[in-house]
Amino acid sequence: MKAIITVVGKDNVGILAKVSTACADADVNIIEVTQSVLQDMFAMTMMVEIDKSLGIDSLRNKLEKVGEETCTKIHVMHEDIFNSMHKI
Amino acid sequence: MLETKDILETINMIDNENLDVRTITMGISLLDCMDEDIDKASGKVYDKVCRYAQDLVKTGEDIEKQYGIPIINKRISVSPIGMIAAPCQSKNVVKFAKALDKAAHTLGVNFIGGYSALVHKGFSAGDYAVIDSIPEALAETERVCSSVNIGSTKAGLNMDAVKMMGKIVKRTAERTADRDCIGAAKLVVFCNAPEDNPFMAGAFHGAGEADCVINVGVSGPGVVRAALAKDGHGKSIDEIADMIKKTAFKITRMGQLVAKEASKRLCVPFGIVDLSLAPTPAVGDSVAYILEEMGLESCGCHGTTAALALLNDAVKKGGVMASSHVGGLSGAFIPVSEDAGMIAAAKRGTLDITKLECMTAVCSVGLDMIVVPGDISPEKISAIIADEAAIGMVNSKTTAVRLIPAINKKAGDELNFGGLLGKGPVMPIRDGEPDVFINRGGRLPAPLQSLKN
Repeated sequence: MKAIITVVGKDNVGILAKVSTACADADVNIIEVTQSVLQDMFAMTMMVEIDKSLGIDSLRNKLEKVGEETCTKIHVMHEDIFNSMHKI
Repeated sequence: MLETKDILETINMIDNENLDVRTITMGISLLDCMDEDIDKASGKVYDKVCRYAQDLVKTGEDIEKQYGIPIINKRISVSPIGMIAAPCQSKNVVKFAKALDKAAHTLGVNFIGGYSALVHKGFSAGDYAVIDSIPEALAETERVCSSVNIGSTKAGLNMDAVKMMGKIVKRTAERTADRDCIGAAKLVVFCNAPEDNPFMAGAFHGAGEADCVINVGVSGPGVVRAALAKDGHGKSIDEIADMIKKTAFKITRMGQLVAKEASKRLCVPFGIVDLSLAPTPAVGDSVAYILEEMGLESCGCHGTTAALALLNDAVKKGGVMASSHVGGLSGAFIPVSEDAGMIAAAKRGTLDITKLECMTAVCSVGLDMIVVPGDISPEKISAIIADEAAIGMVNSKTTAVRLIPAINKKAGDELNFGGLLGKGPVMPIRDGEPDVFINRGGRLPAPLQSLKN
């Protein structure tokens, strides 16, 4: 299944690296990344492919810890939410 | 790829603007549980509810985890117990309420609705016993909700039931006076009650419904208010209406997704999505604040009814295309004690029961969660019910009354129910006695607009 990871917070060194490493460790394939830094604020969205055996909740728990380490807010949500809300 | 701004908008709605799926409500028909022996009948009710809804809470939690959307309540509505109690000779129909309460505890749902009677034209066997037992049922159970439909556009108003309900509301408050009169907060008196409403306390599973369905109620007053606060400055009313429609569309699409998923996982047909703006006492999650964001100094001031009419209509128009089946109440709720902005306006004195009554002509429900002085007479409660039902009957819309007489308290005091039910100041009511009018009884004839055939 596809999920969207969003990372928002104050910019600091290594956010992208730490999030990508956590994804790789969990065997999660990153399909697409969009990232921007605006006035010190870091915002990144990633589309990833999650193995069904891992489960979205498990990846969410792992990445929440990375969020604490990097002082950012990380969300992992199913792609369908965004498709249903923003596409007709 | 999705647009980053759209993704962040959704995240912000959930994180900061209280967007949630308010309830997944499983409707269960109990028509096959009827029995002359009330012990057998209530046993069948308990068994069927527990069998059908055994996975409801877990499935709701799983969907919540899967999609990252808060699903606040998992609830159950059942066929009106007035029907199920029809064959029972026993007067002790409270046994049904206890069976429902026990099932709610077993399953872990926070409310179960359907201790109800539909008497808009008259009482059938079972209805009278159920209505008469409501005070006891709501005092002796924790999670059971009750509703009575006393009128409809087609049938007119059953004024005998109106008269009776004044007494029942008062007795229900008295029986739970030691718990901030909470019994009355779980009792709704309807005109034109919808049969597929997923929201409590008025949910019941109508006789025309399937054996079991999933109905979903979405919410999001905070999201609408935030959208107006962000982009609404200097905009004309039609632009405001457009913004509300777009927001309602997005909220409802999320509800539709959850409803379809819940229906698939539970192997139960999808019924409807109820696209209501249901406030909670949480700061920012208020319908009153939306009205104030449109440019009213305080909810309740002149202009409130027009602003609410616009909101109610735009929510429906935005939501209707987002769901394959829209139903229930669908619109904007104005429960005073559950809405931080309404509570503040009531305390300021800008919002009173008369203005609220006007607002109910254009909102999706009615006089909801209004705390009134404890010495109110049953006849005055009946008269408030009659006024509200008349608005619903004539305008072919649902109206409801959920009044909480604050026993031993007077105007200016406060009742605190806690949780989603909130807290409310005791609001003064109008002087003058309607006793002779109410005690006439009989039926108030259906209006001309009922003759559509």
